[in-house]
Amino acid sequence: MIKVNNLSKSFDNLEVLKNFSFEVNKGDVIAILGPSGSGKTTLLRCMNFLEKADEGTIDFEGDLVDIKTVSNKKISEIRKRTGFVFQSFNLFLNKTALQNVIEGLIVARKMDKNEAEKIGKKMLDKVGLSDKYDYYPSQLSGGQQQRVAIARALACNPEIIYFDEPTSALDPETISEVLNVIKDLADEGMTMLIVTHEMNFAKNVSNRVLFIENGNIIKDTSTKDFFFANENERIQSFIKSLGENR
Amino acid sequence: MTIPLTIISFSIAMVIGTITALVQFANVKVLKQIARFYIWIVRGTPLLVQLLVVFYGLPNLGIVIEPFPAAIIVFSINEGAYSAETIRGALESIPKGQMEAGYCVGMNFFQIMTRIVLPQAFRTAFPSLSNSLISMVKDTSLAANITVSEMLMVTQRIIARTYQPLVLYIEVGLIYLIFSTVLTIIQRKTEAYLNKRGSQR
Repeated sequence: MIKVNNLSKSFDNLEVLKNFSFEVNKGDVIAILGPSGSGKTTLLRCMNFLEKADEGTIDFEGDLVDIKTVSNKKISEIRKRTGFVFQSFNLFLNKTALQNVIEGLIVARKMDKNEAEKIGKKMLDKVGLSDKYDYYPSQLSGGQQQRVAIARALACNPEIIYFDEPTSALDPETISEVLNVIKDLADEGMTMLIVTHEMNFAKNVSNRVLFIENGNIIKDTSTKDFFFANENERIQSFIKSLGENR
Repeated sequence: MTIPLTIISFSIAMVIGTITALVQFANVKVLKQIARFYIWIVRGTPLLVQLLVVFYGLPNLGIVIEPFPAAIIVFSINEGAYSAETIRGALESIPKGQMEAGYCVGMNFFQIMTRIVLPQAFRTAFPSLSNSLISMVKDTSLAANITVSEMLMVTQRIIARTYQPLVLYIEVGLIYLIFSTVLTIIQRKTEAYLNKRGSQR
């Protein structure tokens, strides 16, 4: 479904992504793991053009994009086919939960407002917030805000959703409510790329793991192999160190 | 004349200020330089001098403008430069994630600006802009210098007939005070309303 080829990105002299190549198949739930500063977030941001990579190509279901020559129009077309969930939620602070969810529909897709509201309410119901339609972000807890953000991504009917550390900014008590929503999406067959530090979650929900360190893909393998049949010493010590932290 | 002069000038100033701030925020080449130059000139020279140049100076070049429109031009250009800086500061205070989230749901720069970032920036800038409005009410008294018959000018005419400067100047001062007080109350009420709508920052 998506083929990333030779994606590279440097900030000044620091090479953050070195010749990344990998594929995403429809229905894949890929956990992107690795130590802090390894380039996980940059990878997601480059795939949605929030960060402009230096070179490489991305093939979105036959829609081949060269990073160097991609037009703004193409970028916005591709963004309309994808959803993005941020670590810090980034809900529109001047809009209610429902308005947040339908903003992309009525503004970017010119959808009729009534129809958009119907979809918006359905999405908020889906993430368990049917009683919060008219709440502003400042009136919601972190977990609730992140669920609104997921509903906002879902409303646009994306082919893939990128999650950038969706639970890192949350209180421990609210982490599970967000993870459960993501797990439900996985069960429904949504294609997702998830940067996360939640090892148990990655183990239970993903079907593949990309392990990244120092701007390189160290391992691209099935989740089962990654956690249970891994001979790579570096990865074993990484899994162990995270295990000890909790 | 004080009230229409203030309302018209401030409205135009808001438009000028917003555009000037946006040009800088969006980093539009050339236009950004022009904006910086405009702000530099206007903030670097006294309002009274600007009034005199436009009303008494420009006729030398064959440009003659009636007192009232001349005052409006000067006040809106002057306040435009100050509010441009206020609005630019407010725009820069909006977290970058707001723009990124807008891009991610497929909106373009203009849509994000008008629907997400500017409304939040105006909320942030609101107290400063209210300040400017109150200042402007009082600054309009400078227009007396170019024969606009605003409150101070009218007062001076009455004083010339009645020889009661103390009472009349205090009286006109009180009227300015009333205007400012009303505006202050409106500012408080509006802020309370905005906060209730969850848009406090």
